Amino acid sequence: MTAAGIAGRAQTAGWRPARVAARLRRSWPSWLLILVTLLFTAPFLWVFTHSLESSAEWAQNKTVLWPHAPTLANYRAVLFKDGFLTNVANSVIVAAATTAATLVFGSLAGYALARLPMRGKSAILGFILLAGFFPLTAMIGPLFKVMSRLGLLDTLTAVSISDLIYTLPLATWLLASLFAQLPEEIEEAAMVDGCTRLGALRRVVAPLAAPALATAAVLSFILAWSDFTFSLSFLQDESHFTAPLAMLQLGQTKFYTYYNLTDATVVITALPIVVLVLVMQRRIVSGLTGGAVK
Amino acid sequence: MSAVDVAPATAPRARRALRWRPGERTGYAMASPAVIALAAITAYPLLWNLWTSFHDVDPLTGGTGQFVGLSNYRAVFSSQTGLLAALMHTLIYMVVSVTVEMALGLGIALLLNRPMRGRALCRTLILLPWAVPTVVSALVWQTLFDPQGGGVNYMLSMLHLPGSHTVWIGATASATWASILVADAWQSTPFVALMLLAGLQAIPRELYEAARVDGASAWQTFRGVTLPNLRPALMVTLVFRTLQAFLIFDIIYALTQGGPGTSTQTISYMTYYNFIVSDNFGVGAAISIVMVIVCLLIAGVYRVLLRPST
Repeated sequence: MTAAGIAGRAQTAGWRPARVAARLRRSWPSWLLILVTLLFTAPFLWVFTHSLESSAEWAQNKTVLWPHAPTLANYRAVLFKDGFLTNVANSVIVAAATTAATLVFGSLAGYALARLPMRGKSAILGFILLAGFFPLTAMIGPLFKVMSRLGLLDTLTAVSISDLIYTLPLATWLLASLFAQLPEEIEEAAMVDGCTRLGALRRVVAPLAAPALATAAVLSFILAWSDFTFSLSFLQDESHFTAPLAMLQLGQTKFYTYYNLTDATVVITALPIVVLVLVMQRRIVSGLTGGAVK
Repeated sequence: MSAVDVAPATAPRARRALRWRPGERTGYAMASPAVIALAAITAYPLLWNLWTSFHDVDPLTGGTGQFVGLSNYRAVFSSQTGLLAALMHTLIYMVVSVTVEMALGLGIALLLNRPMRGRALCRTLILLPWAVPTVVSALVWQTLFDPQGGGVNYMLSMLHLPGSHTVWIGATASATWASILVADAWQSTPFVALMLLAGLQAIPRELYEAARVDGASAWQTFRGVTLPNLRPALMVTLVFRTLQAFLIFDIIYALTQGGPGTSTQTISYMTYYNFIVSDNFGVGAAISIVMVIVCLLIAGVYRVLLRPST
């Protein structure tokens, strides 16, 4: 019995590694996916680590995977001493204003295109979608002239208006397909009860549309937050810069090779977006892919 | 619209044809803010560029507003202004980067399409680089490509690979382009993967079961079921990516400013430079028109190439 036990154990010991190897071989796509995920995430971790490094430690120029004495001094310095807090606030204003305008314009147009009997409807929708592909740098010359004539040069208004090119085509498309799905009887009932069409839209349809509006809002915020081209072209005073523009400007002048300071601005600028993606990833994915693949 | 409203009705029948349907006027009113806003920031610039590209508005030469024919366009296609070189850089980069990103993106989408624990987390983490601003991507990679303290050379020396002393950005054209490609692919591949994953998930399960019943190999299933059914998603993603790659600007400005020398100047960079830096609006407008035409050509080529074969 002991002999048989030993033999049995030897046998299992003999074929177990082979089974493990076979399982590993079969599960290589999982390992590969984990490796790919690490490759895509590692740059963020690298920048985060170095943003916690003191300038003294950075100057020693020893590559470390984690600072010996992690500190938030860089964050304090860039936010309060170098005025980056103002730039972050500017970005919030621009992204929020663009998102608000996008939601209003996009839901009005989306509703009209989905519901109301209009001649030339497909031409209007086609124009709205096509506008999203217009080359950005082809717009900045003429818009620069217009903004300076309107006295809007070096204002966040100029950037917010131009940012609609990123957000409005996608949002209109998303909201038009949403309104096309909602049952029409609901608003007809509201209109029978004495609502105007706009009243019905506001009181009855908007609450039902809330999830799609949230999707459009998140995507608009992300896209407007990312703007660089218009900020670079229209903004002149450093206190008017948005975060991405200020980050680059500071990185190339004041901070120069002190990447620990630049890294702090990078983390601050990326953080709101990272949080949005982690919290709202399902909406973001469905909004992006639903808008394009269908 | 109002012209239709006040037009004298010559015959009752014509009048009926022109009459507003119920709700139609509301429809136009509701659609107009979006249409007017987008027309103001795209259609107006297009027309302005078209007019300006044929006129002399350059303040350096007087800017008389005279019709100058094709002279602004001649500047675009002359070898002296560097614009033709920029156009060539851009087209080569477009082909290379789109090929790389589509291949990587398809691979990642196939990996993400397999059932596995933690798949949603992987998808979210891979999506992050797409969502952050391009300047974030540029500065992240500037840090990583730093010759002394950067992570890329650190990894190369850890793994005993050659090139661990390379000066990536700003020294040689090829290393600088490679850095741009890495930073751009890091940010754009997640988008490709996501779009293709949505395409993969839309393929009916029964097709795969039928292929298995027929005894098809993994490769045969991929060729016979996956690829043909992925065609619409591939087409849309390819058009998106190609246009974006052709118009690459933010990452170039943030990472290289067109350098070393003029070797990484792209067509969008030159448009920005002429419009904003050197106030050369005539040439800027001419490049803009050329860009719009190339974009239309790209869309047209894909339409013909990827038309469903059936």
